[in-house]
Amino acid sequence: MIDIPDLIGLLNYWVVIVLMMSGFYVVIAQGNLIKKIVGLNIFQVSVFVFYISMGKIEGGSAPILDEAVKIYSNPLPHVLILTAIVVGVATTALALALVVRINAAYGTIEEDEIQAIEHEEEDVAC
Amino acid sequence: MLTSDPWLILLVVVPLLAAPVCVLVRNATAAWVIALAVSWSIFAIAIKLLIQVLEQGEVFYRIGGWDAPWGIEYKLDPLGAFVVVIIATIGAVVIPYAKKSVENEIQKERIYLFYTMMLLCISGLLGITVTGDAFNLFVFLEISSLSSYVLISMGQDRRALTAAYRYLIMGTIGATFYIIGVGLMYQMTGSLNIADLSTIMPAVADTRTVLAAMAFLTVGISLKLALFPLHMWLPNAYTFAPSAVTAFLAATATKVSLYVLLRIFFTVFGEVDLFATFPLQPVLIGMALAGMFLASLSAIWQENLKRMMAYSSVAQIGYMVLGVALATEAGLAGGIIHLFNHALVKGTAFLAIGAIIYSTGAVTLRDLRGIGKSMPLLMAAFIVAGLGLIGVPLTAGFVSKWQLVTATLEADMWPLAALILLSSLLAVIYVWRIFEVAYLRDSHLPPVKVIKKLPMSMLIPTWILALASLYFGTHATLTMDIAHTAARQLMGGM
Repeated sequence: MIDIPDLIGLLNYWVVIVLMMSGFYVVIAQGNLIKKIVGLNIFQVSVFVFYISMGKIEGGSAPILDEAVKIYSNPLPHVLILTAIVVGVATTALALALVVRINAAYGTIEEDEIQAIEHEEEDVAC
Repeated sequence: MLTSDPWLILLVVVPLLAAPVCVLVRNATAAWVIALAVSWSIFAIAIKLLIQVLEQGEVFYRIGGWDAPWGIEYKLDPLGAFVVVIIATIGAVVIPYAKKSVENEIQKERIYLFYTMMLLCISGLLGITVTGDAFNLFVFLEISSLSSYVLISMGQDRRALTAAYRYLIMGTIGATFYIIGVGLMYQMTGSLNIADLSTIMPAVADTRTVLAAMAFLTVGISLKLALFPLHMWLPNAYTFAPSAVTAFLAATATKVSLYVLLRIFFTVFGEVDLFATFPLQPVLIGMALAGMFLASLSAIWQENLKRMMAYSSVAQIGYMVLGVALATEAGLAGGIIHLFNHALVKGTAFLAIGAIIYSTGAVTLRDLRGIGKSMPLLMAAFIVAGLGLIGVPLTAGFVSKWQLVTATLEADMWPLAALILLSSLLAVIYVWRIFEVAYLRDSHLPPVKVIKKLPMSMLIPTWILALASLYFGTHATLTMDIAHTAARQLMGGM
């Protein structure tokens, strides 16, 4: 049986899965190199949301040593995701730089056109 | 036992700090000298740590003085020390070789960036090996991956760019799968420390969350490992990368991924009956066998030497994973020893190919007629590597294949033993193709011309690795002992 309150309570995780799968789909299905990177970013962001949701407790405050603070959220996943965001930014920057170079070398950023050019080159070489 | 050993952190910090120094000096020769000094000192530290680990047991370092599992802990056990020595050795051999090779293949004003990236890559790979923290491992994984994408894109051919791009997409998906897996494990256990995870894991191992974590981790690492059929990025990346980069990555990057796989399977899930809890064994064995056969078959049809050796790498990864998938002490020892031996053998092969490219400018089989006569010393080293790939006695490849075959027989899986031998025959075919072109084909015609004389700085590193593979093929006790110790520890019976 599907429990409706549970379903709503797990909303974050539903969002994570939807983002993850759509991002992943875009990476695989898109032929445009920039759009692939966009897909990759959506895919990574879903993981960020996943980590952040995991640390949050309903009604929890920041983890401060104080009489008033009884329940607190786990700050560690949030800190981890700061690192992962930095890594994601670096990856995106590098990927975009590569696309710029690819565009300069091939004159296109469509995967099928690049592949056609590469096949032609290999045929000439053989 | 609980004292911190600062040498451990130096392994990571020295190359990590030397990399930006290379950027600051902006001079090719100076950057090379820095990289050389760093790689040799890393090699010395690695040997020192290996001896220490074998004599006194595990070495620790606690960052910032925080105790594990709260702080990040670096930890070196026999397996880790063994892998560290492999990375350090290959680094120490490739950097001197790189000087001439890189001057030939990369624009002059970019050379200092090459050494920067090399150092970052070494630092990342060593970091993966020494860290005892699952998330820290991800960070190092990305340091090594990002720098290897850059290194690959430095190749001369414009196809290097698309190869690097494809590797970046696949590699990032792999690494992201890995952190999803780590996240799911964290959700169940509340810990990221690998040793701590392994004590908590048995209590939660049969939950669906951990099953999902296992699936994400296995697929993510297999992508990095280039386990068939997730190897699509590898052939082009190895073919179009600068020669020194190909040699370095082929000998280290996939090996380190195998190390991560071993860590997850046998340390994090060490207390869990792994293959009874997860339906992994048939999948892994299937993929390993498919890789051994299909990748070897692809290798046979290749005209480009680099691409041939790249496919051969995918096949050899199959052997290592096969050993791991047996999940017996002998099987693991086989996988670990093959990891070491293959690093030497494939390192030699790619260094030799790089030297051929340097001297003749050619890399396809049909342009290399009679290369055995034009460059006898170099081709002899290449043939040693080729024999090692087949697993001919007296070479390192024989030792590991022997161990793998013994392991499959011990595990009562004799069809696997037969398949290992059968797939080795495929290696005979592609190595024979090279041999035939190099020594026999059209021997009345003049052999291929040597345009540029091969410098000693390229020939000697190639031969160092070739001799090492011969040495460890005939004096296997040392490496076998380490592999067995590491395997025993992974299986939990110290």
